[in-house]
Amino acid sequence: MNLIDFFIRNRNEVLHLTFEHLLLVLVATGAAAVVGIPVGVVLTRRASLAKPVLAVANVLQTIPSLALFGFLIPILGSYGIGRVPAIIALFLYSLLPIIRNTFTGINGVDPAVREAASGMGMTDWQMLTQVELPLAMNVIVAGVRVATVISVGTATIAAAIGAGGLGTYIFRGLRMNDNTLILAGALPAAIMALGADFALGWIERVLSPGTAAAAGKAKTWALAAVAAVIVAVAVFSLSSGALSRSARRVVVGSKDFTEQVILGEMIAQTIEAKTGLQVERRFELGGDLCHRGLLAGEIDAYVEYTGTAFAAILKHPPISDPREVYDQVKREYESRFNLEWLEPLGFNNTFAILVRGDDARRLRIKAISEAARYAPEWRAGFGQDFMSREDGYPGFARAYGLKFSQAPREMDLSLTYRALAAGQVDLIAGNSTDGLIDKLGLFQLEDDRRYFPPYEAATVFRRETLDRYPQLRDAIKGLAGKITNEQMRKLNYAVDGEKRDVKDVVREFLSAL
Amino acid sequence: MSESREHESQSGIPITQSPAASAIQFRDVNLKITGKALVEQLRFDVLRGETLVLLGRSGSGKTTTLKLINRLLEPTSGEIRVEGKPTLDWDPIELRRHIGYVIQDTGLFPHFTVERNIAVVPRLKGWPEEKTRERVRELLDLVGLDAEAFAHRYPRELSGGQRQRVGVARALAADPPIVLMDEPFGALDPLTRAELQREFAALTKRLNKTIVFVTHDIREAFTLASRIGLFKDGHLIELATPEQFAASADPEARAFNESME
Repeated sequence: MNLIDFFIRNRNEVLHLTFEHLLLVLVATGAAAVVGIPVGVVLTRRASLAKPVLAVANVLQTIPSLALFGFLIPILGSYGIGRVPAIIALFLYSLLPIIRNTFTGINGVDPAVREAASGMGMTDWQMLTQVELPLAMNVIVAGVRVATVISVGTATIAAAIGAGGLGTYIFRGLRMNDNTLILAGALPAAIMALGADFALGWIERVLSPGTAAAAGKAKTWALAAVAAVIVAVAVFSLSSGALSRSARRVVVGSKDFTEQVILGEMIAQTIEAKTGLQVERRFELGGDLCHRGLLAGEIDAYVEYTGTAFAAILKHPPISDPREVYDQVKREYESRFNLEWLEPLGFNNTFAILVRGDDARRLRIKAISEAARYAPEWRAGFGQDFMSREDGYPGFARAYGLKFSQAPREMDLSLTYRALAAGQVDLIAGNSTDGLIDKLGLFQLEDDRRYFPPYEAATVFRRETLDRYPQLRDAIKGLAGKITNEQMRKLNYAVDGEKRDVKDVVREFLSAL
Repeated sequence: MSESREHESQSGIPITQSPAASAIQFRDVNLKITGKALVEQLRFDVLRGETLVLLGRSGSGKTTTLKLINRLLEPTSGEIRVEGKPTLDWDPIELRRHIGYVIQDTGLFPHFTVERNIAVVPRLKGWPEEKTRERVRELLDLVGLDAEAFAHRYPRELSGGQRQRVGVARALAADPPIVLMDEPFGALDPLTRAELQREFAALTKRLNKTIVFVTHDIREAFTLASRIGLFKDGHLIELATPEQFAASADPEARAFNESME
């Protein structure tokens, strides 16, 4: 899809994400200016503090942004995902340039001017407000400018913790290997960075001390522009704040891959259609943020997989009986987290051991144990995840006694499908619901020794939410067992392969139920 | 001019005077910073209405002495009295607004127009707008700058000499009885400097201010001074009228006198 088409078709979402992005940046750098400028001023008064404070701010800035978000999640507890941690992280990044420039700007004021000011009987406050700050203002604005440009860039990463913004497109594009989407996020972000750089650069020039008489008018304009932006953002954040406080509302989350977004959308549309409750979508949350979000009450429901809950969240060693896994997960979630598992949706998104359909037919193999004897002539390719996890390659190879002609190639998961189809490898471990399986004519071998634990998808709800809106249980019940592996593959392919809109795909599917 | 003139008839020139006759009194003042004595055992008076020029080489302690008067520096021991009251008993802000101050680089505020620069102290003192504006015009006139042409210019749009005139006007703005000047004409070219010195000498006669003026230029001292105080290594070694100074037998004074030949 062409980028311009994309912008035209999705202009509302693009505008929304752009505004969200701008909000993150402005709130964070605004707060950093409000804190950083006074701190910088204090440092000029307490020289002994300058070194340690600047050192701390320096260290903060060297922390990679994803790591900083990671640190913030446990510290912030119930505010661990969404805008709050994103704004805090951006705020911390913005502090250094602002503090440093305030400090050096004020210290850079001509000593003769300073001496004259104090010799004329200015108090420290008068000297600061009438002489030092006005003279340092262009340097301070330069610091704010650097902070803003850094924030525009860093805010793209905030999408990983559910803060929204233009990073949403970038992450989605990376995941789906879709350059148009990546550009759709990166281009507006770049324009925003350049715009901020230009606008603040202009303010900086207008504010440089002793500019000729014409500057008077420009200064007024600069102040008016700054005021306008602040008012716009204030209005936006107030209105969106008011929205988020509206009462009858259910928050549906999803993890950050296509199938999850489809399922989240499916839950959301079902709730909207059957209960009339308002739904807020908090999709594409990275890592275990959905689970944390449920615990913190920021999210009311999302679709989880039994195997993931069993191994990754409850930390049990994997077992293979689907019923047993589901029952135990349901029981423990109830007693430990006060969360309720509804009935499974039907499909099982487990690891799928895939070969080319031609090979399967030619060699007449249906199950993994049958394929084991061909393995010594084959090459395998696996994603990083499969290579590293406990229930992945090492255990799998042992369970089936597999030996390949050479050590498996480790590559990006999405590339393994192409590599298999192109004959570069002969066996891969994909996901059983991946739309590419059908599209590329691949064949899923049966896990006849039941090595892989089940990953049945089901909706997990907060107990409180279900108690408050009992009609939700009935609404979602309608989806139980309704999605087969085959159907899930088709849905995934419609979005990933055919680049169709998630909302449309889900609407079609639901109306056909 | 608000200042009383009752002690103007003072003509004898002793080292110290009665408080009524003296605007500023140094009493056994020492200042040490990190063990190094910047000035030692200063004991002298600045008489009301006189222009006392502090003369000396670089680092001899004359600027330090100046800054002790408006309490930009505080003495290690001894006492400086301004208007009979020890500087440490003054509120420093009050004290400084009572004393005009001109420094070599003028210290004009680059972000203020000429008018606002001159109006700084009147504004700090909360003068009404109209009175301040009038005063600014009056002062620009006094220092020989055309108010129409200069009031709205910024310092960087002025020549060095013009800047110094504005600096002087600013120091005089709130009509302080005492003015401290630290090599105000030091950075000017010789012609402009001579011109400003002449004008300033005439000005001081009209204004009847107590002026303490720091310089290392003996010619400037002779042009402006009612008395010359000679500094060497932190000590005041000679305090005399220009005539007496010219005849001084002190080797440092002679060195300065000879430099004029």
